[in-house]
Amino acid sequence: MTDSHSETAPPVIEVKNIVKHYGSVIALSGVSMKVSQGEVLCLLGDNGAGKSTLIKTLSGVVRPSGGDFLVEGKPVAFTSPRDALDAGIATVYQDPAMIPLMSITRNFFMGREPVKGIPPFRRVDFKYCSEVTHEEMHKIGIDIHDPNQAVGTLSGGERQCVAIARAVYFGAKVLILDEPTSALGVAQTSMVLKYIHQVQQKGLGVIFITHNVRHAFAVGNRFTVLNRGKTLGTFDKSEISLEELQNLMAGGKELQVISHELGGTI
Amino acid sequence: MAPIEQKIGDASNSDERIKQVGFLTHMMRRPELGAVAGLILVVTFFFLTADRSMFSLSGVMTILAPASQLGILAIAAALLMIGGEFDLSIGSMVAFAGLIFGAALTNFGQPLWISIIITMLLAAVMGAVNGQIVIRTRLPSFIVTLAFLFILRGLTLVGLKWATGGSTQLRGIGGVVGDGPLKRLFSGVAFQDLFSWLAAHDLIEKFDNGVPKVTGVPVSVVWFVAIAALGTWVLLRTRIGNWVFAAGGDPNAARNSGVPVDRVKTGLFALTACAAALVAIITVLDAGSTDARRGFQKEFEAIIAAVIGGCLLTGGYGSAIGAFFGAIIFGLVSIGLTYTKFDSDWFQVFLGSMLLLAVLFNNFIRRKVTGER
Repeated sequence: MTDSHSETAPPVIEVKNIVKHYGSVIALSGVSMKVSQGEVLCLLGDNGAGKSTLIKTLSGVVRPSGGDFLVEGKPVAFTSPRDALDAGIATVYQDPAMIPLMSITRNFFMGREPVKGIPPFRRVDFKYCSEVTHEEMHKIGIDIHDPNQAVGTLSGGERQCVAIARAVYFGAKVLILDEPTSALGVAQTSMVLKYIHQVQQKGLGVIFITHNVRHAFAVGNRFTVLNRGKTLGTFDKSEISLEELQNLMAGGKELQVISHELGGTI
Repeated sequence: MAPIEQKIGDASNSDERIKQVGFLTHMMRRPELGAVAGLILVVTFFFLTADRSMFSLSGVMTILAPASQLGILAIAAALLMIGGEFDLSIGSMVAFAGLIFGAALTNFGQPLWISIIITMLLAAVMGAVNGQIVIRTRLPSFIVTLAFLFILRGLTLVGLKWATGGSTQLRGIGGVVGDGPLKRLFSGVAFQDLFSWLAAHDLIEKFDNGVPKVTGVPVSVVWFVAIAALGTWVLLRTRIGNWVFAAGGDPNAARNSGVPVDRVKTGLFALTACAAALVAIITVLDAGSTDARRGFQKEFEAIIAAVIGGCLLTGGYGSAIGAFFGAIIFGLVSIGLTYTKFDSDWFQVFLGSMLLLAVLFNNFIRRKVTGER
């Protein structure tokens, strides 16, 4: 995989020494990371490492207590998820915002329905919606005969892909994918990973959060490892092996101790 | 690492298991399918067992008049159910709105148009209060509106006694409301000219003096059809319709996608209350009086009609046109039995069975739609 981003352009997202306190609890104590266009940055870390808080900060759900947050080189202060979305930062959660009983088309345009006609006869342009949905699904490679079929008929991996396609279609510059593969089987996972790669080729920045080092290694260009609210380090793919990454992420030593206690089953 | 990458490359995205969507499957996706099938079944049943007069023009009007009043409530209830909430206070709201309407006309001597506006506004506010309590407390709407079922019924009783000086019936409304275009919008029959013309040309039955036996379509039926058409259009073709489905299907997913879920739900509660107020205005103007038992148990009948019409109790699925057919089925069964040799007390048995069948059928359809196994 080649790094397609140019060195002169500022990173799409850059955070420096971000700090977040929840009362007396320190969730993030100085995290730094950046992601450029056409790059997949994998954010790795065990439970409680601060991944969720970092995502929430990036997606505008929580406001950082301190540190710098730059989007395309300019400092930003989001007050709501809407602000982040307007800045081109879209977040797709593990449980994607899809409603099983509604059609793919209705889901795809949910909350952003294009309308035509004059009030009070203003209506959603469903013909256009269906065409766009069909086309976008075709691009991902999900072969649907009818974009009016319910999302419930899609598999978990397909739903993730639709959610990502929706974010891309609505002009995201950076995608934050929060454990998109953790609930999926092997074939489904490869489908999502393949699509992440495709999105990256388009020149979007991707922040891929995962527990699974293998999934990260399959698509990632760089890896930022978090531990206890701090950045343990950022590594290029050429600098680190899968095993090293695995150990780093689990905090090496601790894992060995636990492994010993469980009689070597990990 | 290498095997993983290979897997990614190999993963085929076309799924040979997805079949071409046939016409039948397409029909199955329509929520109102059950209601249409039910209607055909019920009509066939009465066609075979009932007296022919049931299917005469006057027989049809006799069935449609009560069905339409229930239907107006059922369509609103269906929209609210699709939006993921219940309103058990609809029936009591009919009585309460009737009291407000009657008292505005008689006790406060307001003209008809002001009374209508006051009644509608107050109903909308009460509905919105219902909705806000549900949203803010996160209690199930079942409980909140059950409380309002009693509160509104009680308020109606107390209010009626206050308005009449001790009676539970408020009379003399017909006397204070003169005839006028506004009254004809809510009372009496429509299309009189058409029916006279039809009678004059011997196309419909008439009395010896030339007056048609059925002078027109009850206005409630016109409202019923108009509301069903409007409800269907809003639900299927507008932004708000998409938001109603989304709010009922999964409020969190909807919120994350930028749907104003709370506003949609509050609006639906207000709409349901306004539908109850409309039924109150129509029935009060027709009867010329209002009483404490008006709209009694209509909440259940409306929900039954909505469920027969294909609404899921869990929200997110259903249709307005389905509720339309559901209400007609309800009217057919409740009145149709008197045209047969059966004891009309079988009505409730029939109705309960219909409801059970409808729910089972709806669940089956939902599994079909979502591909659940």
